[in-house]
Amino acid sequence: MSDSTLIGLHHQEEHHPELLHHFAEAQQQRDAASLGMWIFLGTEVMFFGGLFCAYLIYRRAYFGDFGAASKSINATLGATNTAVLICSSLTVVLAVWAAQTARRSLLLISLVITMLLGLVFLGIKADEYKDKFEEHHVPGASFSFDHVPIPGHPDQYANPRHAEIFFALYFIMTGLHALHMIIGLGLFAWLLFMAWKGHFTPEYHTPIEIGGLYWHFVDIVWIYLFPLLYLIDRHP
Amino acid sequence: MYFSVWAALLLGTFITYKAAYIELGRFNAAVALIIATVKALLVALFFMHIKGAHEKLLKLVVISTVFFLFILLFLSMADYGTRSWS
Repeated sequence: MSDSTLIGLHHQEEHHPELLHHFAEAQQQRDAASLGMWIFLGTEVMFFGGLFCAYLIYRRAYFGDFGAASKSINATLGATNTAVLICSSLTVVLAVWAAQTARRSLLLISLVITMLLGLVFLGIKADEYKDKFEEHHVPGASFSFDHVPIPGHPDQYANPRHAEIFFALYFIMTGLHALHMIIGLGLFAWLLFMAWKGHFTPEYHTPIEIGGLYWHFVDIVWIYLFPLLYLIDRHP
Repeated sequence: MYFSVWAALLLGTFITYKAAYIELGRFNAAVALIIATVKALLVALFFMHIKGAHEKLLKLVVISTVFFLFILLFLSMADYGTRSWS
């Protein structure tokens, strides 16, 4: 931008280096970034929504079999994972607040703890997957689900083919969610690097805000996944 | 203030987990989903800063996303729910 163009602009406030030239002011740029991320999250809602729709339809059709299959996954680990993600969402908002109030060490610590909690989540997930492999509950050639009683009807056994559908949905939905977690970890690693280099100020910390939006979305997906997959029919 | 939302989220998780082990018949699913929706609303409104956002277009985008999701879920379930199985 040449000097003559700058004279034509004539702002009251200083021309912030991060303000791109196609935005009139910083607030508009922040709003555009936020809106863009929310529209992307809208597409992600539809992405997961299709899987949730498939899950609801099959659960309605094969409720007893799904209940039997759901009982075989570890609800305590699922609840722990939910708590882990909720804590990581807290550290994310703390990171945003730290960026807004120029608290550099709190920002860095919050980003690190967020990533650590994300790794804990993935670790617990890996442990659950290991259990499923050992119990032969992974859909495919070695799948077996024989003589498992339907909850509430101890004289009836679950249909293995219907249970296999539950496990297919379980692996696809939690796997897709875990993939989003891994992407989120990559994003936050980059945010951590940028924060460490001092790129974020109270005037400009948009990447942390919209990275936070992504992380919260992944948390919300898990908030719905947990009761639907783990808690179908748990009463004795 | 973030901490009270966080505490509410953890409490909701705990209640959901415990309530699953109580015999409530048809309402087990309803209770779990209602608590999950409250938790999702708390995250969206307070952690994602929708509450206090001055951009009306933003709120429109969020509401229409939820609206279209509900069309997907409700109409698909209505389709299957109104078929008479043999």
